[in-house]
Amino acid sequence: MTTERTETRASGPADPARRLDLYRLQVELRRFEKRAYDLFMRNLVKGTSHLSLGQEAIAAGVALAMRPDDWTFATYRGHAHTLARGAPMTPVLAELLGRENGLLGGKGGSMHLTSAEHNMMGSYAIVGAHLTLAAGAAWSAQYRESGQVAVCFFGDGATNIGAFHEALNLAAVWSLPVVFVCENNLYMEYTPIGSVTAVPRPAADRAAAYGLEPVVVDGNDADAVYDVASAALDRARRGDGPSLVEAVTYRHGGHSRADPGTYRPDEEVEAWLARDPVTAYRSRLLGEGVEEAELLAVESGVDAAVDRATEEAIEAPPPSAEAILTDVWADGGSSWRN
Amino acid sequence: MTQLALARALNAGMRRAMEADPKVLLMGEDIGRLGGVFRVTDGLQKDFGEDRVIDTPLAESGIVGTAIGLALRGYRPVCEIQFDGFVFPAFDQIVSQLAKMRLRSLGKVALPVVVRIPCGGGIGAVEHHSESPESYFAHTPGLRVVACANPSDGYWMLQQAIACDDPVIFFEPKRQYWDKGEVDTAPGLSEVEPMSAARVVREGTDLTLVTYGPMVKNALAAAVAAEEDGRSIEVIDLRSLSPLDTEALTDSVRRTGRLVVAHEAPVFGALSAEIAARITEACFYHLEAPVLRVGGFSAPYPPSRLEDHFLPDLDRILDAVDRALAY
Repeated sequence: MTTERTETRASGPADPARRLDLYRLQVELRRFEKRAYDLFMRNLVKGTSHLSLGQEAIAAGVALAMRPDDWTFATYRGHAHTLARGAPMTPVLAELLGRENGLLGGKGGSMHLTSAEHNMMGSYAIVGAHLTLAAGAAWSAQYRESGQVAVCFFGDGATNIGAFHEALNLAAVWSLPVVFVCENNLYMEYTPIGSVTAVPRPAADRAAAYGLEPVVVDGNDADAVYDVASAALDRARRGDGPSLVEAVTYRHGGHSRADPGTYRPDEEVEAWLARDPVTAYRSRLLGEGVEEAELLAVESGVDAAVDRATEEAIEAPPPSAEAILTDVWADGGSSWRN
Repeated sequence: MTQLALARALNAGMRRAMEADPKVLLMGEDIGRLGGVFRVTDGLQKDFGEDRVIDTPLAESGIVGTAIGLALRGYRPVCEIQFDGFVFPAFDQIVSQLAKMRLRSLGKVALPVVVRIPCGGGIGAVEHHSESPESYFAHTPGLRVVACANPSDGYWMLQQAIACDDPVIFFEPKRQYWDKGEVDTAPGLSEVEPMSAARVVREGTDLTLVTYGPMVKNALAAAVAAEEDGRSIEVIDLRSLSPLDTEALTDSVRRTGRLVVAHEAPVFGALSAEIAARITEACFYHLEAPVLRVGGFSAPYPPSRLEDHFLPDLDRILDAVDRALAY
């Protein structure tokens, strides 16, 4: 038996307010990431960065299905997941720009966005490592019987590293309330995932090894993602253990700032650009009778917010040099060692 | 005062920490039903249950990673690494996540994880089972690294490590697990000497001999032997490898004028190099001789028939003492 749900849409009538929220969030993520890209081009973002352009439906669909007290663990491609949990745009953008008003005071940067107050428990740049951390957080929920669920996002490349398998086994054997979401964008950095993986579905085809059902969802369809995430979150909250969801999607750009993504065939890129999750969702709403004026209002509101965040980030100073030595140890500093 | 073997003292320390704080959990391979391969957790699962003394899969990255997640959400996990060399699969989690999450959250999350590591050689068990990996961890900002050398410190330092809001890498000299010593369990945790402080375990005037963990016993024996030759050696048990109690070392060396540092780890890039550099800088005009070091060879730890040649013994320590005094 399988619950494989490739290319499916939500069944039954969707809640119009929730669908407008899903659209708004996807537009926010899209336009934030585009602005981040523009700011790279202006050399205002130092160092590398990894954008979620093209993958917004996953971040939006899962986040809106979560309870506010559920936890997110994300990867270095984590801007979207951080915003989706409610972290405001200004501190997130300011963190990318290395400013004092950044989410982490300008000390974390693009790859380590963390906001404990939004239950965004971190972006992790060691591939696969954080799956075990999510299992640990889930275990704390099981201990407390709090009904909270840990959601852990990771890329297709992570499915071939040891920690992925350790975490899946731990979570399954202890029936932990955790939802593992593989954002399969078909490329492990610069390499097609299919060329380095023994099975066609890098996550779903491993599920059986841990007694889990394979779940594949169209990662470019926010409604489908929302439904699959809701089911997995419910399952975890009921005490029925972890889920492994493979959301198939595509990066519109390269792996990182330095990568133009030229190793991907043009026709493949074009086919996926034609399946842009944000424009597809807009068409869906229009087709179902939502007034275009309403969508335009959402879009202009988001544009204004992105502009405001950009100004507030650019105007802020970088952190002071002393910031390097704070919060290393529990005494708040590192003076005893330097 | 009671007489306890180190393994029993560590066990009693964990028992007291678990009684004091329901958030303290023990995790590791074979630590529950078996009580650990060295029996350090013997009986704890029976008394505290399978939810608090957890038999994990054989997966060190998973064990430490899961512990980090638990700590992020308010628990105080104590992970047992079965043998020193088995910590390396978890090395990434320790240096990349455990040491850094506090800073990454601007101090908003604490990582009160203890990683217990039976360390050192002398049990005839070849590489992976006889190693001294402390320098890797002491090098990493964000980690505390300590080593106990007797049952009393095992009992108290482990409780202090569990209560500490920093992650602590806790080294236990495995060949001394069944060596007995006096343990005074009467005081409260806040009343005993902090684990960050070094301790003068034998006073002397001619030379300072600094060591930690399994080598403290050898250093004391060397001091006794040297006394027969009329030499007065001060022995310091470092206890905390990071942070270093530099003040205790400088106080001693300014009196004795000579320093020998001994450990089982190979000396290249080892903790003794850090100590030598710091003491040379802080005590330059007090030193009568260069700081000398005694340690393992820069070679993989050998099989049992060769390990006596590898481990720094009384003769190698005394040779360094002689050379320092001959300057």
